[in-house]
Amino acid sequence: MNTTSQPAIVALGVRKAFDETTVLDGVDLTVAEGSIFALLGPNGAGKTTMVRILSTLITPDVGQVCVAGHDVVREPDAVRGVIGVTGQFSALDDLCTGLENMRLMADLNHLGRNTRQSRVSELLDRFGLTDVAHKQVTTYSGGLRRRLDLAMTLVGEPRVIFLDEPTTGLDPGSRRMMWDSIRRLVAVGVTILLTTQYLDEADELADRIAVLDRGRIVAEGTPDELKRRVPGGHVRLQVPTARSLQVAVALLHGASYDEEKLEVQVPTDGTVPALRHLLSVLDEADIQVDQLTVHTPDLDDVFFAVTGHPTEEAIALP
Amino acid sequence: MTTIAYTLSDSVTMTRRNVRRLLRYPSMTLLLVGMPIVFLVLFVYVFGGQLSHGLGSALAGGKVGRDGYLNYVAPGILLFTVAAAVQGTAIVVAMDMTGGIIDRFRTMAIARSSVLTGHVLAALIQTMAGIGIVTGFAVALGFRPSAGVVSWLAATGVLALFAFALVWLATALGLAARSVETASNTPMFITLLVFLGSGFVPASTMPAGLEQFARYQPFTPVTETLRGLLTGTAIGTNGIAAVAWSAGIAFISYICALHLYRNRRAS
Repeated sequence: MNTTSQPAIVALGVRKAFDETTVLDGVDLTVAEGSIFALLGPNGAGKTTMVRILSTLITPDVGQVCVAGHDVVREPDAVRGVIGVTGQFSALDDLCTGLENMRLMADLNHLGRNTRQSRVSELLDRFGLTDVAHKQVTTYSGGLRRRLDLAMTLVGEPRVIFLDEPTTGLDPGSRRMMWDSIRRLVAVGVTILLTTQYLDEADELADRIAVLDRGRIVAEGTPDELKRRVPGGHVRLQVPTARSLQVAVALLHGASYDEEKLEVQVPTDGTVPALRHLLSVLDEADIQVDQLTVHTPDLDDVFFAVTGHPTEEAIALP
Repeated sequence: MTTIAYTLSDSVTMTRRNVRRLLRYPSMTLLLVGMPIVFLVLFVYVFGGQLSHGLGSALAGGKVGRDGYLNYVAPGILLFTVAAAVQGTAIVVAMDMTGGIIDRFRTMAIARSSVLTGHVLAALIQTMAGIGIVTGFAVALGFRPSAGVVSWLAATGVLALFAFALVWLATALGLAARSVETASNTPMFITLLVFLGSGFVPASTMPAGLEQFARYQPFTPVTETLRGLLTGTAIGTNGIAAVAWSAGIAFISYICALHLYRNRRAS
């Protein structure tokens, strides 16, 4: 089996419409084996639909999708044998305990008695669930549920994992823990495709990011590549008086300002020579600066640049 | 392991899961068993004295008054137990389908039918346990079947077969329902059929149109077969009709349920 050169996920020209509404409008994706790929986009961009297609829950209207070399439409069972899915809504049996949920997964993965025991306890341990293993799942917090959900997905040792908004609704602590778990998975060679509407999450985790907007991929690349495409960097200066504000604006090329806040914004590429030059200009004119902050472009800027609308606006769309 | 071995193993796993769920949620089972017991007491002690006057000695199992009516109505109550139990099955199936775990199952390399088989077998176990309890209660009240071991086994078989058919029907109804509320309402007609047959009074006492309906709906031959096996009344062609109805309902419901499960589009 060729496991190194062949990409783990390939999607070509995927289209999907529900009734009259086009949800995916020609999506192409290639995900290298052993990498984390983030599908980034606001609510309603089509992320979940894409995951449902990749995980054989629904079929695309048009287009070809292969996961681990198997076509999702023609060989769904072969695909199911190598994937693991943790959806947006927890896929747990609420009436059972954590341990029972894990054992259910072990049985459905046809693990032998010995493997079953060791893998279940190893995963419960790894996700910090051993203490609550005998409690009914309904008593679990959101973070615990999400961890159990991921642990259940891992029982079958999937080679490709889909995580649909793995940290939505989690508190910062649980979110960190989830990120750590995801990173550790890739360390053992698993491929991960995750969807998120959090730009920092994609930035933090992903090797490559595709920005999905209204059913189309509008940008793709490494986090750094995407940031480089965006001229969003600037320096923010806090000045003490209206007089120094006027002088600063007159001296600095392309500066914008806020008179009420006594703030000047100067575009910059964020390099040291550029900052040094800026400071020397301010020094020569004897302008006092109370505070200086450098703002490097983040993925919010990327999103704005590639979609033409900020993330909030996109979220407000139906 | 072969495909068949996997299918069996997955079905056993799913059945165990569903039995555990039923045990964790015992109020539902208690309610489903409690209803027929309440009806049994109501019909025997409130209506039984009067209703027994219309029964011949053969229908009353050789007893008179309330005891005679108890002998007549017991098979009807057992079928009422089945009808009540499968109403719970439709709710349980619909509830399970709205949960995220079904999507997890659908992304796993497991036998697709095992999800439904698990529900059906667990519901069948639940129904038969309910029948055991209700039978015990009827005997405690004075129900005295004349059946020997073979007839008891045959009666159990007829009940199990019919319960199997109705459980598949309820599973299909549960899958077809868009919400749990709908799933709790649609199987109501099954309960009604118990009354529109020969479960509580002989069909011959009903007005012409209703009598025709009662004679040709599935509950009547099953009731008559059961009554014959337990209390020795004439069975005639009812035995064959009971088996045919059961097999037919089971088969059609199975096809429908599988189709509904395969084509279910979760939102």
